Amino acid sequence: MAAPLTLLLLVAVTVRAALFRSCLTELIAERVEVVSPLTAWKRGKGAPAAFSGGVVLTPLIIYLFHFLVDYAEVTFMLADVITAVALYMAVADYNKQVFRKQKYALEADRYPLDCLELIRSPKEMYYIPLKVAMFYLLNPFTILCCVAKSTCGLNNAIIALFILTTIKGSVLLSAIFLSLATYQSIYPLTLCAPALLYLMQRQYIPVNFRRFSFWWFIAQYAFMYLGSLFVLVCLSFFLLGSWDYLPSVYGFILSVPDLTPNIGLFWYFFAEMFEHFRLFFLCVFQINVFFYTIPLSVKLKEHPVFLIFMQLAVISIFKSYPTVGDIALYMAFIPVWNHLHRFLRNIFLVSCVLLACSALFPVLWHLWIYAGSANSNFYYAITLLFNVRNFPCNRTNTKLRRRRKETREAEAVSRTERRHASGTSFRFLQLSYAKQTELH
Amino acid sequence: MAARRRLVSALLVFLCASSVFSGAESQEATLTGGHRAAAVDDPPTDTERAEQAAEQPAVEERRWEATEVEEATPDEAAGEKQDTSAPGTAAPSSAPQPKDDFQEELVVRPLHSGDIYASFQFRTLWETDFTRENKVSHYRLFPKSLGQVISKFSVRELHISFTQGYWRTMQWGQPFLPSPPGAELWVWFQDSVTDVDGTWKELTNVLSGIFCASLNFIDSTNTVQPSASFKPLGIGNATDHRFLRYATLPREIVCTENLTPWKKLLPCGSKAGLAVLLKSEKLFHSSFHSQAVHIRPVCEDRQCKTTSWELRQTLNVVFDLYTSGQGKREWSLFKMFSRTLTEACPLASSSKIYIDVTDNPQGEQFELSPATALLSQAVVLGDRRTFSVYDLTQQITFGSVRSLNLLIRWKSTEGDMLRPLLHAERYVAGYGLQTGEIHTLMYNNHPYRSFPVLLLDSVPWYLRLYIHTLTVTSKGKDNKPSYIHYQPSKDRLRPHLLEMLVQLPPNSVTEVTVQFERALLKWTEYTPDPNHGFYVGSSVISSLVPSIVAMDTNSTLKRPLFSSFFPCKEESSFFVRIYTEPLLVNLPTPDFSMPYNVICLTCTVVAVGYGSLYNLLTRSFQIEEPSPGLAKRIANIIRKMRGVPPL
Repeated sequence: MAAPLTLLLLVAVTVRAALFRSCLTELIAERVEVVSPLTAWKRGKGAPAAFSGGVVLTPLIIYLFHFLVDYAEVTFMLADVITAVALYMAVADYNKQVFRKQKYALEADRYPLDCLELIRSPKEMYYIPLKVAMFYLLNPFTILCCVAKSTCGLNNAIIALFILTTIKGSVLLSAIFLSLATYQSIYPLTLCAPALLYLMQRQYIPVNFRRFSFWWFIAQYAFMYLGSLFVLVCLSFFLLGSWDYLPSVYGFILSVPDLTPNIGLFWYFFAEMFEHFRLFFLCVFQINVFFYTIPLSVKLKEHPVFLIFMQLAVISIFKSYPTVGDIALYMAFIPVWNHLHRFLRNIFLVSCVLLACSALFPVLWHLWIYAGSANSNFYYAITLLFNVRNFPCNRTNTKLRRRRKETREAEAVSRTERRHASGTSFRFLQLSYAKQTELH
Repeated sequence: MAARRRLVSALLVFLCASSVFSGAESQEATLTGGHRAAAVDDPPTDTERAEQAAEQPAVEERRWEATEVEEATPDEAAGEKQDTSAPGTAAPSSAPQPKDDFQEELVVRPLHSGDIYASFQFRTLWETDFTRENKVSHYRLFPKSLGQVISKFSVRELHISFTQGYWRTMQWGQPFLPSPPGAELWVWFQDSVTDVDGTWKELTNVLSGIFCASLNFIDSTNTVQPSASFKPLGIGNATDHRFLRYATLPREIVCTENLTPWKKLLPCGSKAGLAVLLKSEKLFHSSFHSQAVHIRPVCEDRQCKTTSWELRQTLNVVFDLYTSGQGKREWSLFKMFSRTLTEACPLASSSKIYIDVTDNPQGEQFELSPATALLSQAVVLGDRRTFSVYDLTQQITFGSVRSLNLLIRWKSTEGDMLRPLLHAERYVAGYGLQTGEIHTLMYNNHPYRSFPVLLLDSVPWYLRLYIHTLTVTSKGKDNKPSYIHYQPSKDRLRPHLLEMLVQLPPNSVTEVTVQFERALLKWTEYTPDPNHGFYVGSSVISSLVPSIVAMDTNSTLKRPLFSSFFPCKEESSFFVRIYTEPLLVNLPTPDFSMPYNVICLTCTVVAVGYGSLYNLLTRSFQIEEPSPGLAKRIANIIRKMRGVPPL
């Protein structure tokens, strides 16, 4: 298994190295879809040692830049490789567990006959980790991120390591990597819910509010998490000698002062917002990221890994400065659920929209910024469409998972139910919205 | 003051005698002798400042080195007249010395481009202390409104200028008082001020009212604290730049409503004296117009025992008479200002008109009428200039018609100007609305000497400078600045401040480039005409430039050998401040007609996301039989009617 992975890594590194040497590097590094103010290498490079504002990278990243400025390309390629390997190992481990569970269920004869098609064969599961690594490494979004030297690649590596350590069951390392991810951008905080669920499942601690062991485990985890976060914050303070970075980094993430266009929902909305409603809508939009954690973890408490996937998707949509790198991370998980692809709705339409949006982003950007023949609404319409595409994707997947659960519980799933969903008509409604916007 | 006048008259007599008895060769010697005498005679403030200038670059733009008046005409009678008139000027000096003093003067310089540069200066000196406890309540010549501002806001120094048009250094040479297009304000506060930012905010609002200008738009987003470029010009060697505030409004439009309050600050208003000429319909029909107010404390005597406050009101204007005069190069006071002069301001202790005749020593370039007997020589901006002087306090100046209408008629149009030793230009490079690059070019035209310049750039926050892209190149090589002070911006709070000390090699162009990114603003932050672009204030370049007098390219000039080995030190460099063009930068704009649509559409998308998640999270799955087909249903209905159990 190591040989194909090595080959894959070699291919991925070659592609990146070739792009780094090409003339496209400058062009890619300026793309607003690929770098956000929070992840732009260009800004980090210019950051003065004294943190006096204007810079929105976390101090540790700035110091990393400071030391690795000559090896930046290697660092970013290494980050991608680490992410891929970590995801590979995490998924391999997870698949083993799934397979074991499936075997017990089969032995106990708990599957009805019409669900046998959902049972995974060892052969197809064998290639899933490799597919995950491939989906991450050869995803054009990831490659762009790496070539643009977006620190999003580093954040992804931290999150991947967090997933790996969680799945391996290492509580301390999981807490440390989660605190690192939180320190980098606040949003991975929501990943603590799936991590806790998974770790408790692994240690056979029941998720029961009346049990002491439950609370004791949460306290342990919280202590480790907060402790390492505290260490990180203090370390930054000692590196810089001031607390200035706290408002300037986290205030920047939460209050969205920089309205540079990106693929998210925030920039145009807050550029056009009426000043006295600004705070209200800021709260509403930011709550979206954190809010879904509770219901999702209630619903998916049996399937924490799928919850991680869901949370990553929600973060990539609702975060204030999203880039394509965030989307690449959650898209890497798609092969894990490939036995469910038969339940996906509108795969064709969704993937077409993804391709069309990816092509239209640079086109409409050029028309607006350089040619002057379009205006901001064009670009905005595309970001809107892109985000609308993300929702059904989520939605379908959640549904699938749900479906799978039902299957596991040996319920016959009716075909009617599938037709019941009004997904198709619903999506057309959104498309027409986007078209309207374009017409404006 | 009286002592000074007596000295001047004594010097005058001495010079008369020497010019009579000695030939042309010894005139050089008397000139240097005159120098020394003048240096002694100089007000102590000036000499002190000259010393300061050697240490720090930011002192005084203008230095009157030697102000000797000499006999130009061989006419014995004119000399007689001059001699008799000299005690006349000294006569009022026996009167008790007033504590305040007002002087006015007008300098007219014909420019090589055919334009005329007129520079008015009105100076009020008052020996008082605004900062002491009991309030100053009795005002005579000093305007009360400004006096109250000084005492209320504990101002140490205040410099404000309003300018319409851009001073073209390459065509016109250096101005006497440089100023950037738009409004510029810089203030040094006393050390006693605790809340400098609050005081600054209040002060700008008050000045906005006094000068009818939009100075109230000065806030933290366009205020900077330069660390080296702006040093106090008055006494007090303050170096703590926490008490300094500097702001420019490059978009400010200067017009009549700014001129009227400015004229009201003059003791005589616009009723008498030189201010009669300041009629707005002519002043604003010009290529360049700049009016300024400078307030600073100065020394009253050599030991600096007593200090007094100096209010200097200046007005510079460049008239384009060449194109408006149908190609005839001819100007007069009446043509320029549509007024002639009839009297000096009665309150003024001195009222003079200087005409720059340096390029016209023998009268071959132009003809000046009425002719004057008085000549004055001064080193202005490192260059020794000769001026014809008209003293308005003398009745004889106005002649028999009781009105003075100076007239210059050009005879020839040739004549070349020495290129200014230092000038600069600036532009934005790049295309599109995403990024750009600011280029600042600084020219050192000195043939063999390099000198350092201080460059100050204040860039608004919405141009995000990438400071690591800063390059300084001269003659194709990297020129590393010896001092860089960079303060990064904070969004919506403060601008970028970039100050650096660059050595300009001789006869070279130094290019400073820095890349920036254009920000998308909130729709309410755009100006009413967003596609016009946003102005970025001028860069300020301050420097001690080697003097043209000391340049000494002409070694064939006859003079004593003992005087010419070492270059003359006291005139070796002079302070110059120049301003580049303001920049006009376009920013990407949102669609201003769409706020409702955008809010509705984005909220819809978010609601859709919320709705789908909510739907899935709350839905429960249950088994349901597939619904029967239409035929079966109809059959069942019929069977039901028949009373038979359904299929």
